[in-house]
Amino acid sequence: MLTQCEGSHAVAATVALCRPEVICAYPISPQTHIVEGLSEMVRDGTLQGCEFINVESEFAAMSVAIGSSATGARSYTATASQGLLFMAEAVWNASGLGLPIVMTLANRSIGAPINIWNDHTDAMSMRDAGWLQLFAENNQEAADLHIQAFRLAEELSLPIMVCMDGFILTHAYEGVDIPTQEQVDAYLPAYEPRQVLDPREPVSIGAMVGPEAFTEVRYLAHAKQMQALELIPQLAAEFQQQFGRDSGGLIRTYRTEDADTIVVALGSVLGTIKDTIDDLREEGHKIGVLGITSFRPFPTAEIRDAVSHVRRVVVVEKCFAVGVGGIVARDVRTAMRNRPQPLYTVVAGLGGRAITKASLNQLFLTAMMDKLEPLTFLDLDHQAINRELERERLTRRSGPIAENLLRDLGVVAARVG
Amino acid sequence: MTATTVKFYQTGTHTVGNRLLDPEQRSVQADMRRTNSLNSGHRACQGCGEALGARYAIDAAMQACDNQLIAANATGCLEVFSTPYPETSWQIPWIHSLFGNTAAVATGIAAALRVKGRSEVRVVAQGGDGGTTDIGFGCLSGMFERNDDVLYICYDNEAYMNTGVQRSSATPGAARTATTPAVGPAPGNVFGQGKNLPLIAMAHEIPYVATAIVSELRDLEAKVRRAMEIRGARYIHVFVPCPLGWGIRSDQTIAIARLAKESGVFPVIEAEHGELTGVSKIRKQLPVEDYLRPQRRFAHLFGPQPNTTAIARIQAQADRNIRRFGLVDAPAAAAAGVE
Repeated sequence: MLTQCEGSHAVAATVALCRPEVICAYPISPQTHIVEGLSEMVRDGTLQGCEFINVESEFAAMSVAIGSSATGARSYTATASQGLLFMAEAVWNASGLGLPIVMTLANRSIGAPINIWNDHTDAMSMRDAGWLQLFAENNQEAADLHIQAFRLAEELSLPIMVCMDGFILTHAYEGVDIPTQEQVDAYLPAYEPRQVLDPREPVSIGAMVGPEAFTEVRYLAHAKQMQALELIPQLAAEFQQQFGRDSGGLIRTYRTEDADTIVVALGSVLGTIKDTIDDLREEGHKIGVLGITSFRPFPTAEIRDAVSHVRRVVVVEKCFAVGVGGIVARDVRTAMRNRPQPLYTVVAGLGGRAITKASLNQLFLTAMMDKLEPLTFLDLDHQAINRELERERLTRRSGPIAENLLRDLGVVAARVG
Repeated sequence: MTATTVKFYQTGTHTVGNRLLDPEQRSVQADMRRTNSLNSGHRACQGCGEALGARYAIDAAMQACDNQLIAANATGCLEVFSTPYPETSWQIPWIHSLFGNTAAVATGIAAALRVKGRSEVRVVAQGGDGGTTDIGFGCLSGMFERNDDVLYICYDNEAYMNTGVQRSSATPGAARTATTPAVGPAPGNVFGQGKNLPLIAMAHEIPYVATAIVSELRDLEAKVRRAMEIRGARYIHVFVPCPLGWGIRSDQTIAIARLAKESGVFPVIEAEHGELTGVSKIRKQLPVEDYLRPQRRFAHLFGPQPNTTAIARIQAQADRNIRRFGLVDAPAAAAAGVE
């Protein structure tokens, strides 16, 4: 049923339809509304057969999910930012043990400086942790991806992070089609674990593995993610058949067929990029955009094919690897290996800085003239940076950087644009 | 059946009088139906107190729940020596996740069992003192305060033995470890630090807290049995000497454990809902020196010039335990010069 609701509400309602059996929650913005919604549904009986556990940390949240998943219960949690870092050890453990936990990640930056707003730094910090990572473009897709995620996770026995942009999606009200219980039940069968802690058939899980088998265990994790590259489009197709909606998949292209320039991005910024591209198309520019829905596994072949005919690729990413440059761009470059086309990395939207059509328009025009630097920080305030560098040159005890910058700027509210 | 007072120790010896007991009162280990949950063939050191404690505790827990038990295990000696891939000594469903999250993993197991309506299956979590009092403390406290249906057993050998005998918050004052070496003006571990986890567990007012010692295995079994009668968060802290880490012979494990109790160094107690319900009395109070002297980790206290100050501090701690928990009956206490 089409409902006008908050993104978090849509996700909570959809997760409930997936019949989770154990939900563990620790509050962190901007995912809190999701677990609040689920907590209420467990309390008022809307969501039956589910244990909701308020834990003392994100580390415990993931650990409880490990225990419950290993005991055969469909397990769910949600987190963001610092919370994901705090559970990092258990994040790796869950995938290493092959437990199909589904977790919503309400993407948020990582401090210091502390910042509650959206970017993709949190997800990227765990990109090598063995989890599948699916990125939602809008709230409908965020909701739909959860249904597909439980199915996919349980078929592969691997955990999945469904990434949705914090605030931009989690707190945005949009029309979302929440499916019926019958629809979800028809798509998502009951969880049948590959391994389960049960006195009827005792097994040891989590033994120490030495050099004699460690590589093979890790390779199998990789091989399973490669399997997912085939399974994800299949499940998306089946989803479309049953729900009548195109959601999920590996990548999604928009006006790329005859494009000279393809922009690559993840998440909600794809909407703004599409609008910008529509404007540029009207002016006669041959530009399109490729959205990556599945960042892990990385759809190398699909991206390589999609960009094979273009003159240039511009990767717009809400994250970067300090000391190197782009994170998404590096993987896209790998997909384009042995290809001569230039690839531009654009770091944008860090810590919630708005990515405007005006800025993107300028950026893409510059890129299409091949005048863009290989690594560009969109809307970077060079004056502010130079002031701080000058201060550090003049004074040994120049003080804390973030506070210096804020004092120079003289603004209290979060900057928009 | 007429009531008879049972003496667990034969006069003049420390032999446990198992055969004097009624069959159902006998040790689980004396029962042919014992489950050998932690089976032989594992790779613990000779004389390992933890292996002994775990074997008795888990077999007793198994008997108490008709063998319907799942165990979560922290990283540490017990995990490493019992499951070198592809071998395992565990005859029960067992999971090792991480060092610091065992209590939370057990919470998850209990939640899954509850939601699946399998109330007959019980959950035990176990770890060493490092995994319990230090790195796993947050998850443990969370499990306690939520009163999750988990029995957590800590095997306390007073240091990080698996990584090579480093100090933990359960290491006693003056003890030599790899990170509190016996050098400098105050050799060994610092006095006035560390935490008493059984008391902290009691402060959570959970249904059941007990301490036990591997020289009184019948008592350990009884406490496990009592814990298994109760639902909710339960904690048993077992004192397990480590021959390697403490510098004792592998045949001294039991003797040293007994001396820890008889000197008052380790009080053996029992509590329900935060209130003390029982103490195991000291049979014949001994000076702490008797406990300390055989251990090489305390050898620096007994050189040509014994460190009487340090020994006196340890004695004062033992005396405080005796006072606090009433470990010695009044006449004996007076005789031993204790108030």
